[in-house]
Amino acid sequence: MAVLTDFTSRDWKSHPAYRHPPYKSTVLRGPSKPLLPLPHTLSELTGPIYGHEVLESLDHDLTKNAVRNGEPLGERIIVSGRVLDEEGRPVPETLIEIWQANAAGRYIHRVDQHDAPIDANFLGSGRCMTDQDGRYRFTSIKPGAYPWGNHPNGWRPQHIHFSLFGTSFLSRLVTQMYFPGDPLLPLDPIFNSTADEEARDRLVAKFSLDLTEPEWALGYEFDIVLRGPQSTPMEN
Amino acid sequence: MSKETPSQTVGPYFDYGLTPERYGKTGIANNILTKKETQGIRIRLEGQVFDGEGSPISDALIEIWQSNSQGRYRHPNDDREEFALDEHFHGFGRAPTNNNGEYWFETIKPGPVPSRGNVLQAPHINLIVMMRGMLVHAYSRLYFSDELEANSNDPVLSSIEEERRGTLIAVRQERAGQLIYRLDIHMQGEQETVFFDA
Repeated sequence: MAVLTDFTSRDWKSHPAYRHPPYKSTVLRGPSKPLLPLPHTLSELTGPIYGHEVLESLDHDLTKNAVRNGEPLGERIIVSGRVLDEEGRPVPETLIEIWQANAAGRYIHRVDQHDAPIDANFLGSGRCMTDQDGRYRFTSIKPGAYPWGNHPNGWRPQHIHFSLFGTSFLSRLVTQMYFPGDPLLPLDPIFNSTADEEARDRLVAKFSLDLTEPEWALGYEFDIVLRGPQSTPMEN
Repeated sequence: MSKETPSQTVGPYFDYGLTPERYGKTGIANNILTKKETQGIRIRLEGQVFDGEGSPISDALIEIWQSNSQGRYRHPNDDREEFALDEHFHGFGRAPTNNNGEYWFETIKPGPVPSRGNVLQAPHINLIVMMRGMLVHAYSRLYFSDELEANSNDPVLSSIEEERRGTLIAVRQERAGQLIYRLDIHMQGEQETVFFDA
């Protein structure tokens, strides 16, 4: 039996509370009883690992992976960053899945009834793997803001959904990346569900001229920090 | 030291990103974990997800992670060579709920895996529950109602107060020759499912 390294606990100061009344649907959906402790056994310290075999060649390029008869409309962007653990170690070869609205703020999802045009050449989902340094890179279209029924005249800021696995079931993270300077951020109950301002700011990408490709696409840098193994190993 | 990136809700529109079959794309996983060649006892897991008023939740996503029929996880941390990997079994599945809040998986019954200190745990499947209106995913476990003895010795189940243990135990049924385990998930209320600070 391998010597397993226990994981850090979830850092609840960095995460939203389950029930955050300004985001109305949390009230009946967030667990109301305290979470119970769970020792980290093989069940928790293992988890799904996917590699390049699940990727198709255009999965990382949302401007190309759903093209039918032309290019998708909107502002081209590059989104890139590193996936790290809390000790700053890169998380290499880990799968990232993303999904987002099109430039008009319309999701392709069948339930989205927002009166904004669908783009026949844009699906809005993609995936890629991090490299040995934990770096990933997507090409996409800047998503539009869109209205939601949570409160009167409510609009979600522009965002991209991210889903990551990391090295075990404990490092799983589903989150949203926002754009700097979005005037909707201070008004958004989901963004503001994280009480800690520094933690919230980690959800906002930084504009990067280094990532920007001349005469092609604006670059945004978004690093993601996952739970990782503690420094000291434990004997299983 | 870096700090964790905060969790945010999976939102209502995850399915073309995470379970995109309906959009003509293949996802990394779906709710059928078995192939013809997979070893082990075929089972169907099914249930419904309910909110605090008992209404079914039609936009939840359930993820499962489990060992194979020998009790081995497909992961480098599980290097117990004495339990063979099954090349036809990965162990991860995803199911979005339907309009009635129902989910289902076709999988195999997992073998037992050790706890810390090498006490065997009762066979179980690890769950992650997420949905619109949930800002952080929740961890839970699914145990099997026909594993009475193993369940009574399981360190995790034993750590839970008795009245709540049943919220993690899927009830065995047989239907048209199929072995079914049913587990409803209640986000709140009298029967609130036990969720873990894993």
